[in-house]
Amino acid sequence: MFEILEKKCLNPTVTLMRIYAPRIAKKAEPGQFIILRTDESGERIPLTIADYDRENGSVTIIFQIVGATTEKLNHMNEGECLHDFVGPLGRATETDGLKKVAVVGGGVGCAIALPVAKKLHELGVEVHSIVGFRNKDLVILEDEFRAASSKFVLMSDDGSAGEKGLVTDALKKLIDSGEKYDRVITIGPLIMMKFVCKLTKEYDIPTVASMNPIMIDGTGMCGGCRLTVGGETKFACVDGPEFDGHLIDFDEAMARGAMYRQFERKAHEETCNLFREVK
Amino acid sequence: MADMTSKRNAMPVQEADVRNRNFSEVALGYTEEQAVAEANRCLNCKNKPCTSGCPVQIDIPAFIAEVAKGDFEAAYKVITKSSSLPAVCGRVCPQETQCESKCVRGIKGEPVAIGRIERFVADWHNANSTAALEKPAPNGHKAAVIGSGPSGLACAGDLAKMGYDVTVFEALHVAGGVLSYGIPEFRLPKTIVQKEIDGLRALGVKIETNTVVGKTVSVDELMQDEGFESVFIGSGAGLPRFMNIKGENLNGVYSANEFLTRINLMKAYREDSSTPIRAGAKAVIVGGGNVAMDAARCAKRLGADVTIVYRRTENELPARAEEVEHAKEEGIAFRFLTNPTEIKADEKGWSKSIVCQEMELSEPDASGRAKPVPKKDAFIELDADCIIMSIGTSPNPLIKSTTSGLDTQKWGGIIADEDGKTSKDGVYAGGDAVTGAATVILAMGAGKKAAAAMDRFMQGK
Repeated sequence: MFEILEKKCLNPTVTLMRIYAPRIAKKAEPGQFIILRTDESGERIPLTIADYDRENGSVTIIFQIVGATTEKLNHMNEGECLHDFVGPLGRATETDGLKKVAVVGGGVGCAIALPVAKKLHELGVEVHSIVGFRNKDLVILEDEFRAASSKFVLMSDDGSAGEKGLVTDALKKLIDSGEKYDRVITIGPLIMMKFVCKLTKEYDIPTVASMNPIMIDGTGMCGGCRLTVGGETKFACVDGPEFDGHLIDFDEAMARGAMYRQFERKAHEETCNLFREVK
Repeated sequence: MADMTSKRNAMPVQEADVRNRNFSEVALGYTEEQAVAEANRCLNCKNKPCTSGCPVQIDIPAFIAEVAKGDFEAAYKVITKSSSLPAVCGRVCPQETQCESKCVRGIKGEPVAIGRIERFVADWHNANSTAALEKPAPNGHKAAVIGSGPSGLACAGDLAKMGYDVTVFEALHVAGGVLSYGIPEFRLPKTIVQKEIDGLRALGVKIETNTVVGKTVSVDELMQDEGFESVFIGSGAGLPRFMNIKGENLNGVYSANEFLTRINLMKAYREDSSTPIRAGAKAVIVGGGNVAMDAARCAKRLGADVTIVYRRTENELPARAEEVEHAKEEGIAFRFLTNPTEIKADEKGWSKSIVCQEMELSEPDASGRAKPVPKKDAFIELDADCIIMSIGTSPNPLIKSTTSGLDTQKWGGIIADEDGKTSKDGVYAGGDAVTGAATVILAMGAGKKAAAAMDRFMQGK
């Protein structure tokens, strides 16, 4: 079974869990994801791998509490077991031939951006990290990012942490000041990635965006995670999750991501009520 | 003397306008009396033409003779000599084109209802038998099976009966493959699938779910690091095809795989399921195979008004006649000679309608069926807030791309000989992964053949 070895609250809505899954830990690479179910009747949700420890056989996930399943997950504790945990799925981040990279993360997406930054840093790539949050209470993994980056820029919407503004403002500033990146890697909300990609297209900098659409099996079977990249239909689970950001149809991805919003909202409310009653 | 009534005993079923609102099984199964009466129609032919029509060569007259005598457990033993999944096959095999098509009684009347009797025997055993399975003595050899669908289960069952230490690896959280995620509850109740799988477990078969071979572990690692001497690949044909028409990625458009997986595997039809599904008010299913019928009948049960569009005519429908009949009875409309060209969106990005071109049939194409060609400027537009693409599947490329020395066809199927032997030493394959999408029983037949070949390979080492 997939035991929760460690649980840590990173901010009021974001939690880190280290899960015992030796087979997955042995194979995991930055950029890949897992699918989990909390219990026997749970839904399958994909979460990108935030870290792994091949020796201890553990895989780290970091999730934001946004719906019924993440709510249930957040109510589980160390020593308890997840019902299902499968992976590593998807393709790993491509790092070949890179010399200087800007990693741009937003919100909980920073949890996924970090292992990418770390791997690049270990490979000797010059990493500039730009991370954005709504406010200072939501900042996560700041020290870890600093350790993996030769330049680190923290942005917040309200200016309560780092500089006030959007990650695109910071990225533009760096590019305009003469920084030459051979790739930008962006992970975060779709709307943020859309504008990062729009900006880097103007500067003609190759950009990769990590997509996290709704999916069921994660092995190419359902096609629910499909998106349009350069006019072609791709499956995020097997062809991605990372794609050429300049070719992704972000508007379509945003519409597809909202497909079950009503259902999800209701399910989340019901789950919250359930936990309240239990208390 | 056999009962010479020309008509077979009818299968009791749920009324159409009741069953199209629930997910309980449509066919209710023979009673003991009906099963014995139907068994008495068998002529017990010496040359057993029916057996020659069975992909796994069940000794059909022998088991039917036991039913006629009322010894249902003996009948079960005869079937399980050849088949690992009788309760499944009695339900989903296309008997009308296999065993029953060869039945002598079919010449002047209706053939013996072999499938219905098989189903009765398996259900009787599951409900009444107390006979404990004998666990075979281990022979000290380890074999791996990839995929727990029909071919994998058949292969695992036969290997286990020969004493092999068998582990089945399954990517999803539940075993059964298409029996679990694809075929709906009302055609194949999941408790029956699980019962058959429990039977394999009792034989000593280990099933590791949540293991994606090609990702979690590779075929090469299984053989080099984990001591599996031979591997069977039964990974199926699970990759859905799309038409590549405009609007296909709109909200409300599903692959049949996704639609059925949400319903069958994730139980989205139940109020308490945490996985959502949306069949809309007007659902259009594109395609004419068994999967299209399953998707249509599920959408109907979820409350949608359902139309199937198919580019050829009723005569070319690849689905079983019985499935088409059931779908019609349940109120599903068909539009033949109709081929989608575009899906239109409403202002919120959801599918609103599907534009189709009218077709006509011309010369037969490579498949031997008359080729549909578009009629110029003949378009219709159907309202559709749910569209389900059911135009076929292809093998998943995951194993091919992660296994050294495994040759595949251009379209992705694994190349294997009659016994399932692939280009890689010790590796065998069968079922949809080799043939492309086909039937449960053909996959089972391939799994059994491969098990025999794997036995020869491992004993010869």
